[in-house]
Amino acid sequence: MRDLTQARRGPLLKPGALVKTLPPATRFILRGGPAVRAAAEQALALEVPASPCRAALDGERAALWLGPDEWLLLASEGSAASRAPALSAALQALPHSLVDISHRQIALAVEGPAAETLLAAGCPLDLDARAFPIGMCTRTVLGKAEIVLWRTGTEAFRIEVWRSFAGYLCAFLAEAAHGIG
Amino acid sequence: MLLIQCPYCGERPEPEFVYGGQAHIARPQPSAELSDQEWTNFLYRRNNTRGAHAERWRHTHGCGRFFNALRDTTTDHFLATYKLSEPPPRPPAESAE
Ligand SMILES: [Zn+2]
Repeated sequence: MRDLTQARRGPLLKPGALVKTLPPATRFILRGGPAVRAAAEQALALEVPASPCRAALDGERAALWLGPDEWLLLASEGSAASRAPALSAALQALPHSLVDISHRQIALAVEGPAAETLLAAGCPLDLDARAFPIGMCTRTVLGKAEIVLWRTGTEAFRIEVWRSFAGYLCAFLAEAAHGIG
Repeated sequence: MLLIQCPYCGERPEPEFVYGGQAHIARPQPSAELSDQEWTNFLYRRNNTRGAHAERWRHTHGCGRFFNALRDTTTDHFLATYKLSEPPPRPPAESAE
């Protein structure tokens, strides 16, 4: 398995921006049409966003719109929080795809007044709060890696990245942080 | 940076997209009865348009969806983008110079 030594190292602390690895999570990719979305909402008792690039958060669970028929479902580790069996049962009669990707990717938090600036070093999106408000999420690129970026607060972002890219991404952010503060 | 209007996500930076070749190419039917020339035309022959060109793009590092675009090949200006299920919009008439 990929060496995550760098990703597991202590938080990268800079005046203005803090990058830290988030605890393991349960993750599913759900694919399907409007009927699947509605059924998933009911089974999970959680909003599954129909609006593009929006995330719905409920305590330790979240549903992120990734595409018109694709969502990333997050929950704190353990299927009790993710309600995966209930979801699987509710979708049985509908054409859909539900794939456990818990261990495919890891999550990083980027926090602090310079969080936007740090991410802008490698992300081509406009990250100003007016263009990328709290609750917005999307697949995009950071440096040469594909990520899912989610703004969780005024000065807080969550990054989901494939684990094989995690070492590269942490090194990239550490490098970018040299230019801050 | 060049911004491209994804029909699903809105205006997004070009590095998130991948070009997908000429749009609206339908496989001729019935496939089993095609001549070699018809196959060649379908597989290999493409327009080399100067001006408005209908082409496929994919928002690979975004929503992941394919869509179609009308792009001016001389200026790289995107005249329109539209979903695969939609007919190509008519390019705006050339302004007299
Ligand atoms: Zn898109």
